[in-house]
Amino acid sequence: MWNSFKFVKEGWIDSYMVSKMSSKMVGSNNLAHAKRMVQQLRVEASIERIKVSKASADLMRYCGENAKYDPLLMGIPASENPFKDKKPCTIL
Amino acid sequence: MAAQPSDTLATLKTESETLKTKLEEERAKLHDVELHQVAEKTEALGQFVMKTRRTLKGHGNKVLCLDWCKDKRRIVSSSQDGKVIVWDAFTTNKEHAVTMPCTWVMACAYAPSGCAVACGGLDNKCSVYPLSLDKNENLAAKKKSVAMHTNYLSACCFTNSDMQILTSSGDGTCALWDVESGQMLQSFHGHAADVLCLDLAPSETGNTFVSGGCDKKSCVWDMRTGQCVQSFETHESDINSVRYYPSGDAFASGSDDATCRLYDLRADREVAIYSKESIIFGASSVDFSLSGRLLFGGYNDYTINVWDVLKGTRVSILFGHENRVSTLRVSPDGTAFCSGSWDHTLRIWA
Repeated sequence: MWNSFKFVKEGWIDSYMVSKMSSKMVGSNNLAHAKRMVQQLRVEASIERIKVSKASADLMRYCGENAKYDPLLMGIPASENPFKDKKPCTIL
Repeated sequence: MAAQPSDTLATLKTESETLKTKLEEERAKLHDVELHQVAEKTEALGQFVMKTRRTLKGHGNKVLCLDWCKDKRRIVSSSQDGKVIVWDAFTTNKEHAVTMPCTWVMACAYAPSGCAVACGGLDNKCSVYPLSLDKNENLAAKKKSVAMHTNYLSACCFTNSDMQILTSSGDGTCALWDVESGQMLQSFHGHAADVLCLDLAPSETGNTFVSGGCDKKSCVWDMRTGQCVQSFETHESDINSVRYYPSGDAFASGSDDATCRLYDLRADREVAIYSKESIIFGASSVDFSLSGRLLFGGYNDYTINVWDVLKGTRVSILFGHENRVSTLRVSPDGTAFCSGSWDHTLRIWA
């Protein structure tokens, strides 16, 4: 039987209160499950990948190009940030 | 001539192991450098002064989820006591309030039009409430049940229109629904335990989304086919939150293993871990600043850690909440971010 792990583990809620799902994914048909696993792994193994150096360079370039538009990064002055005003402001 | 079932199972298991090894080898071949090494030449970030600019008080119990409206000022939040509130974050006024028929409303989302909100939790459903301009109107009367799962709803979000909703559930699946008819358009199977979170790829990137779950796995899905196209299993505990990097080429996750991690989709691997020995409590919620340079993480130790995404270092730690931070989102224009907590409040930081 499937148990809602998160709730029981966290102790947020009495395990009896959690609705239990009838076993759908766990072990009822091992063969079908194993076939699906193999098919899934074939899909994942076959994708095209790029080097981490290239991927990193691209992430850095994106940050660099957009840094000036990032208010939390650049720290925009109070006059331009509606949340930085001390008094609630009326936005027209 | 039928083969013995046990033989076939054994063959499949062997093939499974072989493929897993091959996957790791292929990924390792391209692991020529670390992100933080490439980022060494980037200028270090200065000191950050971020403060609480607004505190939204009104929930009677733990805040579990929040979402910004595209207008950059309204926020919807949901709580353990079943209340869903829509706030004007500039004035801190409550504009709408709905009481759900269930407790633990773990998921809420604002519709792209700003005219409706979706929410759900222990009722196993996702319901949509059109927001009325008439404050006296009973929102609950117009409620529309859209999604039905067989366990709790953990997250929901509208796609690029008010017409479709993506959901994740404690039943281990995600699903795409048509709001008008309530029909399931696609289901996503592959997680081996509760799915706790999801995020839609930025619209330029195409029809994919990422999910994370109690099986310590994050999965990237093709929305049209229902196929899991990539999966990552490097966290050591539940993944509570996933969020795409703004370019759509990567995503971050926050986990009960007290780390946040960055996965690059084109390199198909984890490229950064955001952790410190002093951080021992789980990360519940993560989001990026507009440029993707900063990663904000809300933690179960009541703090918010701000990470330099490229260099992998922590640039700031924010105190203020008096209980777990359970949810965190950056505003649509990046001017602020909002955190929700088990201390019943939401805070806007800038």
